[in-house]
Amino acid sequence: MRAFLLGLAMAFLGLTAHVGPVLAETVAKIVATHARDIEKPSRQTIGPVIADLAGSGDPMAARLLEAWGGKLLGKRKSDGAIFLLAPDAAGYALTDLQGASAGIAANAEITVLKPNAGVRGLIAAALVQFTLSDPDPAKRAEALNSIAKDPNVEALAALRGATANETDPALLARKLRLERLLTLRFDPDPKARVAAIEGFGADAGLDLRAALTPLLATTRIAAVTRPEGANIARSLTVGTDLSAADAYALLVTSGAAPARITREDQKQALAAHIAAGQVAGVPLSELGDQATRDRAYTALEAAGQVPSAATDDEVAKAIAAHGFYDVYTEADATVTAAARSALDRIALKVAAMQAADLSLDGLSLAAIYFLAAIGLAITFGVMGVINMAHGEFITMGAYTGYVVQQIVPGYTASLLVAFPLAFAVTFAAGVGMERLVIRHLYKRPLETLLATFGISIALQQIFKNIFGTQARPLTAPDWLGGALTLNDVISISYIRLAIIVLALLFLGFFLYLMKRTRLGLEVRAVTQNPAMAASMGINPDRINMLTFGLGSGIAGIAGVSIGLYAKVTSELGSDYIVQSFMTVVVGGVGNIWGALAGAGMIGGLQKAIEWLNPSNTLAAQTYMIIFIILFIQFRPRGIIALRGRAAGD
Amino acid sequence: MTETTQNPVTAPANILHPSGYLRRNPSVLWFLLGLAVLTLAVTLLSPAYGGGGISTSFVKTLGKTLCLCLAALAMDIVWGYTGILSLGHMAFFALGGYMIGQWLMYARTQEIVLQSLVAGPLPPTAEEIAQGVGSQIFGVVGGSDIPLIWGFAHSLPLQLALVVLVPGLLALIFGWLAFRSRVTGVYLSILTQAMTLALSLYLFQNDSGLRGNNGLSGLQNLPGLADVSQDFLSVWFFWASALMLALAYLLLSAVVSGKMGSVLRAIRDDEARVRFLGYPVEGYKLFVFVVTAILCGIAGALYYPQAGIINPAELAPIASIYLAVWVAIGGRGRLYGAVIGAAFVSLLSSWFTGGRAPSIPLGVYTIDWVDWWQVLLGLSFVAVTLWAPKGIGGVFDRFQGLHSPDRKGQPLGPDAGSLQESEAVE
Amino acid sequence: MTALLEVSGVSVSFDGFRAINNLSFSIGAAELRAIIGPNGAGKTTFMDIITGKTRPDSGSVTWGERAISLLNLSEAAIARIGIGRKFQRPTVFEDQTVAENLILALKSPRNPFAALAFVLTGEGRARVAALAAQVGLGAHLARKAGELSHGQKQWLEIAMLLAQEPRLLLIDEPAAGMTLAEREQTTAMLVGIARTRAVVVVEHDMEFVRRLNCRVTVLHEGAVLAEGSLDHVTRNPAVIEVYLGRG
Repeated sequence: MRAFLLGLAMAFLGLTAHVGPVLAETVAKIVATHARDIEKPSRQTIGPVIADLAGSGDPMAARLLEAWGGKLLGKRKSDGAIFLLAPDAAGYALTDLQGASAGIAANAEITVLKPNAGVRGLIAAALVQFTLSDPDPAKRAEALNSIAKDPNVEALAALRGATANETDPALLARKLRLERLLTLRFDPDPKARVAAIEGFGADAGLDLRAALTPLLATTRIAAVTRPEGANIARSLTVGTDLSAADAYALLVTSGAAPARITREDQKQALAAHIAAGQVAGVPLSELGDQATRDRAYTALEAAGQVPSAATDDEVAKAIAAHGFYDVYTEADATVTAAARSALDRIALKVAAMQAADLSLDGLSLAAIYFLAAIGLAITFGVMGVINMAHGEFITMGAYTGYVVQQIVPGYTASLLVAFPLAFAVTFAAGVGMERLVIRHLYKRPLETLLATFGISIALQQIFKNIFGTQARPLTAPDWLGGALTLNDVISISYIRLAIIVLALLFLGFFLYLMKRTRLGLEVRAVTQNPAMAASMGINPDRINMLTFGLGSGIAGIAGVSIGLYAKVTSELGSDYIVQSFMTVVVGGVGNIWGALAGAGMIGGLQKAIEWLNPSNTLAAQTYMIIFIILFIQFRPRGIIALRGRAAGD
Repeated sequence: MTETTQNPVTAPANILHPSGYLRRNPSVLWFLLGLAVLTLAVTLLSPAYGGGGISTSFVKTLGKTLCLCLAALAMDIVWGYTGILSLGHMAFFALGGYMIGQWLMYARTQEIVLQSLVAGPLPPTAEEIAQGVGSQIFGVVGGSDIPLIWGFAHSLPLQLALVVLVPGLLALIFGWLAFRSRVTGVYLSILTQAMTLALSLYLFQNDSGLRGNNGLSGLQNLPGLADVSQDFLSVWFFWASALMLALAYLLLSAVVSGKMGSVLRAIRDDEARVRFLGYPVEGYKLFVFVVTAILCGIAGALYYPQAGIINPAELAPIASIYLAVWVAIGGRGRLYGAVIGAAFVSLLSSWFTGGRAPSIPLGVYTIDWVDWWQVLLGLSFVAVTLWAPKGIGGVFDRFQGLHSPDRKGQPLGPDAGSLQESEAVE
Repeated sequence: MTALLEVSGVSVSFDGFRAINNLSFSIGAAELRAIIGPNGAGKTTFMDIITGKTRPDSGSVTWGERAISLLNLSEAAIARIGIGRKFQRPTVFEDQTVAENLILALKSPRNPFAALAFVLTGEGRARVAALAAQVGLGAHLARKAGELSHGQKQWLEIAMLLAQEPRLLLIDEPAAGMTLAEREQTTAMLVGIARTRAVVVVEHDMEFVRRLNCRVTVLHEGAVLAEGSLDHVTRNPAVIEVYLGRG
């Protein structure tokens, strides 16, 4: 069948190639010549007609084929003339074969020509070629889309016929690519298919993968002897490649062996044969044991009281008597081999691209952790204070953004207001907390930890009381919607990209602040030796206050950024707080590069573990934390540690 | 129970008065007396053995509170005495609950499954029973196979051993790793918090083998005692909890008043100095960490049969933080402080969150304590840390006319040790 | 005389800064030695290396008759084999009584289980009382250490060191913050202690060192600059350069 169709298509190809613009014959003439075949078409006879029509070059040919395939071609009973039909209130509106309107006819006057499904298929294939050569490029593109969606052997022939006269270079490229994709699946000549497969080289397109994968589809069969001539993917060993139960189930479905009796059925059967407290001579009380039940059933079998069921022994024998194979549905071994090696090549390339995509994901996660942790790193590094309410400051920033969006119209404008405002609000909150609480607890780090716990508990509940427990949206402007897509594997959403940029900005800002400003100098001085700094006229109180405010302010900005892609709830911050702590601990305290390294490591690691075990993000987090605990063993002071006497012990 | 003057641990708190155990621990008698009175009162007021002046659910609440007090005792040893602010001890508590819960749930389900199978025509096979139990317990997470970690669930003694072993081993491994690498102070706190989080996230998974976020339920029904009503069970558990608390209090006060306590407080105040005295500080920390983890496990094993259900949310880091809050409010570094703090705050908390506290109308806004209790708790915690570091226990000092020594040096908190280590090298 | 402690060829760097540079040092079983040197000479780091707080980059530290290497021992293990250290600032456990402080220091098995089973015998009690009396704290046994004066804390710490019964005592600036009378008392005591064990005193105060009347080791830039009697080293031009050259 395929060979026939292909032959037919080749005929088209030859025709269209040669005929060109010269009208060989008009549609009307062809129809007149083949009137009989058109009225009573069969697959055997209709080929030449369609070929003639397709080759005519008459624009009416396409319309005629379309109408014919759509059962809208009819013969007027009165004179036997053929018309294109259009349903009308009064019956059919008629169009003659020159394309002119021919009035309206009642239903009864027309015999509609209804070709059978086989013929309709041929007509459709011929039509594809027409659309592929349609003067309108949009229509041609659409035809290509539909072929790509539903590739078949007919389309291959049509495609081959429609490349020569293609003028649009983009469409020509698509046609050629599609032609090769179809060739590797449908060409009758295995050599052509192998050549097509190898012609793609290192291409890793999604369409190529979709075309290659079905070539490697296998079915699992059981056979007594190794099937001759079958394209065997691999032969299976029972026990390692497939379980004995599966192997036997395969034998049962293929009818090569009787089904086993289920435990439940066996129980039913035994229960049905209880006689005087015994089943086949076995007392009921002993039947609480599977081996005894099997024995009783065999006894019943022997007595012919129950249908025989395969015993373990028989099952083992049946399995041993058969070989089990995965067989390619594709018969040609050279094709499957070529497809296999092509897919392996692609898999390697796709893996590399996935790694790149994963790194991008990890990078964006790292940026988020960096933003969330940097404030913490500052306060911890400079003041030795762990702020457990840091997470709540992040939440506070996110809610500030939410409130701003309720007031300021326009997402872009509201964001421009939200960032500085969030910074201001959390800066103020941080300074307030430092003045009221933390200042009194210097030198008592664990108590600071606890006091800030208290604040964290209180703040979280206050957020719940004000904003409720449901998530509040913080909407990103449209220009941050969508994603930057490099190819079908590598893509990153603009929001994440923006967060990476924001993190880099903060890194730069922070480095500038610490290395180039008076405040930075004083902060560093207080970090290294508070007593000395104080004696140099630096007010450590003021520095501590500003540092804490700064750290908190950055938390606020992190909150707005996180809120842009995560729902804002009162627990937003606490979801990030442990990761932030880990970032600081892993990275090393009191060092911006440490925070960066920590964030990079934790973000990358989390993504990597998720990739290894994609179904389970909970497990990924568990493994990550375990990893961190172990990591601390080897670098107790983090990746970038202060060393020497300054670090103490 | 009060004949403890024979106690072998007779290290002196005061060499000039080398007196007995009770003299060194005046709080023990008062504590035991109070506990005895409470137990008697609860028994006499319970629906099972007395007038029914209090409900069975209140008996359970009190019994659970005693278990929390036990956990707080452990926390006080590890934090108040040794200066390790562990944010993981409620994880050990919950692990103890899970371990006993496995047996309770398995044995109880097996009873039910056996009952239904016995009605069938044939006696059930072991496989059928396992199948039945498996699908009963794990149907909710889409399985019927009994995971490997339930291997001991059929046996009460084995599972009781696990109550001790599982938290103990986890604490041993974690503590060994952490202390070995000299992780101290806030680092250690954060690391313990991470451990707790990891454990709770792990248990939240459906394939953890412990029913994911469904947790274990029906724990209030004791296998083999289906005919005994909850009225009686609640009082029995109260007795068991009270007995355990009393025993732990006696044992721990003996330990902390002896040389062990002295070493622990020394580690808390100046770890490096203790090391230069030749004490293996890490070994002591590990010892304390493991022993208190086991205590917490036991407390959890008594708590969850009274609560009836346990799920991974019980392990959330916040639970361990609350434990620290209780101890801080009650007063660190004194055993009765921990007990008072845990009892006071947890009972007050259930009173407030239970909606029984009267709302305060403020005209424009009504303060509903269900919503505002957490805020009050958080802020009062800050207040205690700032102004009353001795917590409620400080009141007793006032009462006894005790004053803290007028120190010339730096104010020493329970956590100053880790700071002083770096100063010691100067 | 065989050396009790032998430090040879030890070097250690912090971030490129050589705190100790190929330092060798040895002390006999019953000897008093003073170590002097300007700030940053490496005195504290030297003590850190001996007590196991800092691991040297190279060199060896051996102990006792059997020449055990101290480099692989923990601080606690080094303390247990008989090296006691007194810090410059008095570090006693302020929240515990004088008696408790002394009992903590008393020579006894140090593991947790021993601590659990520890019973103060009459002998131990007598030893605590004797040590307290020796440093003039006999009347203060029941007081919390935090209530003591600065000098009393120094004395308590010295008593704690003695309670450990170490074979080698490392003492960092014992005279700092003491009155003249207390200094004299301290001098006498150190000389007395050194009759039965090795004592290393790190001191700035030349007057105090002179009174100790013992061998002196001068450290400079992490290495031994000179060694001998005080008079001998003070005549050494290199020492004069280091001490006086800077004014």
